Amino acid sequence: MRTKTKIWSMLSFAAMVALSACHKKDETTPTGKVKLEFFNVAGGSNLNLNNQWYTNANGDSFTVSRFNYYISNVSLKSANGATYTEANSYHLVQQEDLTSTSFDMSDVPNGSYSSITFTIGVDSLHNVSGAQTGALDPVNGMFWSWNTGYIMLKFEGNSPKSTQPDGKLMFHCGGFSGANSVLKTITLNFPQAIQVNTSTPHVHLQADVLQLFNSPNKIDFSNLMIIHMPGADAKSISDNYANMFTITYAGA
Amino acid sequence: MKKNLGIILFVACWIVVAVVGCKPDPSLDPQQDNGGPVAFEVPQGWPQPVYTFQNNVLTQDGFQLGRKLFYDTRLSRDNTISCASCHQQFAAFSHLDHPLSHGINGLFGKRNAPGLFNEAWLPTFFWDGGVINMENQPINPIENPVEMDETMPEVIAKVGADADYIKRFKAVFGDQEVNSQRIFKALAQFMGAMISSNSRYDQYARGTGSLSAQELNGLTLFRAKCGSCHKEPMFTDYSFRNNGLIPDASLNDSGRAHITGLAEDMRKFKVPSLRNVDLTRPYTHDGRFNTLDAMLEHYRTGIYQSATLDTSLRNGIQMTDNEKQDIIAFLKTLTDTTFVKDPRFAEPK
Ligand code: HEC
Ligand code: HEC
Repeated sequence: MRTKTKIWSMLSFAAMVALSACHKKDETTPTGKVKLEFFNVAGGSNLNLNNQWYTNANGDSFTVSRFNYYISNVSLKSANGATYTEANSYHLVQQEDLTSTSFDMSDVPNGSYSSITFTIGVDSLHNVSGAQTGALDPVNGMFWSWNTGYIMLKFEGNSPKSTQPDGKLMFHCGGFSGANSVLKTITLNFPQAIQVNTSTPHVHLQADVLQLFNSPNKIDFSNLMIIHMPGADAKSISDNYANMFTITYAGA
Repeated sequence: MKKNLGIILFVACWIVVAVVGCKPDPSLDPQQDNGGPVAFEVPQGWPQPVYTFQNNVLTQDGFQLGRKLFYDTRLSRDNTISCASCHQQFAAFSHLDHPLSHGINGLFGKRNAPGLFNEAWLPTFFWDGGVINMENQPINPIENPVEMDETMPEVIAKVGADADYIKRFKAVFGDQEVNSQRIFKALAQFMGAMISSNSRYDQYARGTGSLSAQELNGLTLFRAKCGSCHKEPMFTDYSFRNNGLIPDASLNDSGRAHITGLAEDMRKFKVPSLRNVDLTRPYTHDGRFNTLDAMLEHYRTGIYQSATLDTSLRNGIQMTDNEKQDIIAFLKTLTDTTFVKDPRFAEPK
């Protein structure tokens, strides 16, 4: 009887593992949270929508009316080399909605973490898997309905250098496959390791909008003012925004 | 020990699920307004579909919800246009006699509405293949200013305020929340289940029907002259090609190049299925030909030479007048009258 029960429990465990796609966390390891906070800036000043002038590396002045981007598949690397990846990890950061600029990663196993890795954008699988919800809901205006795929980063504004009506600037950067994929996965080290335990450490990520137009591809708004589909232009902006994040604080 | 018992029970439950799951599911029933999973049957000799319902299990309830949405004019801004306004069942869900789509306020789009059937096999949607997954397709007509000109938040509000919809969303999804994902999944259930596989050609191919000598001659000619692109059994290979239409300067439609940005894709369009083709006039992406005869005459004498013209069409397609008539006779055997009269796909009462 006892061995039979053992066999059954082994079988059922195997069945559970096979049948449940979700990874059940180990009940014995205590977990905590990490708070990620995004701060959008333009060089040395906070990013203000609509009513402030900024100057890009090319010397073109411009204003910003919209600045949105996806952060996905966020993972933390612990001091001993283990990695924790957030489940269902899709976040849309929108400057116009300050409730979207921070979120908690939960179920993080307690311990010490030294770096963070995430994708700027939405992984290729979730671009082609049909109707999504939450951050990926197309009602958020970050999905190209005529040319399937997410707008990974959306910058809109105005510049006197743009020859569009009203000097419009519109950089809708997307494209998840091939040579012009804009997907960027970046890793940033914390200035010092954060400790996950009963208290929730905070991580401040600063995103500099000037870096979209700076390097390695310096943008002249009289040459490039509109991007509305995947291609080489979107790729060149993504090569720039891959460098836009810095960690300004990580700690209790 | 008590814990183990729980686990045994859990496994037993799964075994029951597996066994019950093996029993053949009922088919879609037009009379029945509610019910669980239904079988999606791949017609004999057909390839596996692209859309497998894996993350959107086909159910009687889900199908009926999608059907109601498809026929609901509230999906448009002024509540006048439904999907079925441009996709009419008697025309195999194309828009009969409308070269270019005709939407809200009498506005015209720049493309012809294709028939809708066997959508689950389409690797891409639209003439330019811009949409990759069936679930992502409906947002286009709903939000297109010259089609339904509505916003998804408004659609969600209208649908969410209707008691019958609330009941249906609960039955399909477990709770009454209405969101874009659920609307799109329900529409995909309806469209994905619209299989057309019972034309006279199909009956002939299955050995249950026959074709006339003229139709059979047409089939032989068709296989030789047209089959490389309009490949059996779907009557398309789903590739993008330029079949030599004279560019229409007023529409200036770059076709596949609009999506890929590649010069080599200039004015290439998705090879359309020719199933039900006798019902889906007018023809081509801009509906420029009103008859099958005009369409075939194009292949014979009307090919426009350009850099992206399909190489197999450089010299046009040779055919005598009789051969042309035989091919047309064959094309008419692709009409599936069962499908266009199928009460399951008709407007719900
Ligand atoms: C105003 C007319 C109009 C309305 C309303 C309309 N469509 Fe269409 N539909 C079209 C046209 C035109 C096309 C082809 C567009 C293109 O290729 O760019 C099309 C294409 C499609 C396709 C792609 C078929 C293929 O072979 O690639 C599907 C699926 C579809 N429509 C479903 C729907 C659904 C679902 C609705 C309602 C939510 C709807 N349509 C409403 C005109 C319309
Ligand atoms: C090189 C590939 C190719 C060959 C060969 C070819 N077609 Fe086509 N056919 C196409 C493409 C591509 C379209 C759509 C063109 C467009 O709308 O721009 C099309 C459209 C059509 C249509 C219009 C269907 C609709 O619903 O609008 C018909 C009918 C048709 N072809 C019949 C034939 C017949 C009959 C033959 C043989 C005599 C043939 N085709 C040979 C590629 C081909």
